Amino acid sequence: MTGLPGLPGLPGLPGRDDDPDRLYTVTRGRSRPPEHAFDLVTLIVSEQEPTPGMQSEHVRILQLCRTPTAVVEIAAELALPVSIVKILLGDLLEAHRITARHPRFAPTKARLPDLDTLKQVLHGLQQL
Amino acid sequence: MDSNSSDTHHGSPRGVAPLRSTAENGLKIVVVGGFGVGKTTLVGAVSEIRPLNTEETMTKAGEHVDDLSGIQDKRSTTVAFDFGRITLNDRNVLYLFGAPGQERFWFLWDRLFSGALGAVVLVDTRRLEESWYAIDRLEHHGTPFIVARNNFAEPEHTLQEVREALDLPDEVPLVDCDARDRESSKQVLIELVRYLYRLAGAEPAPATGAADRAGAADPARTPVPFPADFSAEFRLEESTP
Ligand SMILES: Nc1nc2c(ncn2[C@@H]2O[C@H](COP(=O)(O)OP(=O)(O)OP(=O)(O)O)[C@@H](O)[C@H]2O)c(=O)[nH]1
Ligand SMILES: [Mg+2]
Repeated sequence: MTGLPGLPGLPGLPGRDDDPDRLYTVTRGRSRPPEHAFDLVTLIVSEQEPTPGMQSEHVRILQLCRTPTAVVEIAAELALPVSIVKILLGDLLEAHRITARHPRFAPTKARLPDLDTLKQVLHGLQQL
Repeated sequence: MDSNSSDTHHGSPRGVAPLRSTAENGLKIVVVGGFGVGKTTLVGAVSEIRPLNTEETMTKAGEHVDDLSGIQDKRSTTVAFDFGRITLNDRNVLYLFGAPGQERFWFLWDRLFSGALGAVVLVDTRRLEESWYAIDRLEHHGTPFIVARNNFAEPEHTLQEVREALDLPDEVPLVDCDARDRESSKQVLIELVRYLYRLAGAEPAPATGAADRAGAADPARTPVPFPADFSAEFRLEESTP
């Protein structure tokens, strides 16, 4: 248990690397959460191509999100914890390099979804 | 990149099929249950992608850990979870999360459950007690759920016996499933959505394939339990972060 209690490597995930130095480098040591709240299923879309000199994680996100990609899929793909990915996304959002399509179903409310949503889910599942 | 993306995207940089460029709304259903009960198997059975794995690090207070000092903090916990997805239509994509059932992960559940349509509690009747905490937590959180018994072998108990053992209210659906089977797992999800309809005071249109047209053509068959401005009001509320 060196340095990173509770951050076990996940088996079977190539490239996963929980080295604290790497995580520190990735976020440049920042501790302030971004203003923007990303949900696990917020869909991210690139608005710009990567530019030379950009941090490699930012480059990968911009490449991945040429088609809409959920935050949780970005985290899986980059093999980084979700919370770290959210910081990176905050950077890109502030720089207007990405846009975020937030889920319409309010993430903080324990409320029933509207019937239109239910209908779309039901029909989608029935077509599986 | 909507304005300049063509139908031929630049090739997926990974082995996962990309979402449609029109995808704009992510939805969540959570599958919870004890260790080895078949959560990942169920997610994989219906997912259009091989289940992917990721992790979240949070403090016990449910806060994100978003810097290194937090990650090194002994009060933080990292939990791995997996997920799959189902493209519902051009705009909506459903994510299925397989979440560990142990009590120490409750803070992760609460985060995952926030905004989830509902949950499936997967139970293995050989270890029913592992489901109690999940059920309790879901009730407390107000997240609608159904219970699915994953049958590893010929079941030894009737569903009624399971219902009693779980102290499950009559209205909460309890179904059998085989998590390895796509059709069976799909029916579990459909059961959850039908239950959500009932909670909303409505019945889904029959699954005839012409359901859309039938509903639209015959307003008498489409109960509208909410005031017409229900979703407008709803969206107003959520716009304050
Ligand atoms: N016979 C039988 N085996 C099953 C069934 N469902 C799952 N399994 C097997 O049970 C084992 C555990 O299934 P998983 O889907 O990994 O269970 P899990 O709940 O994701 O497990 P953890 O994430 O480790 O808690 C796997 O080897 C599955 O192949 C079932 O319905 N019948
Ligand atoms: Mg699993």
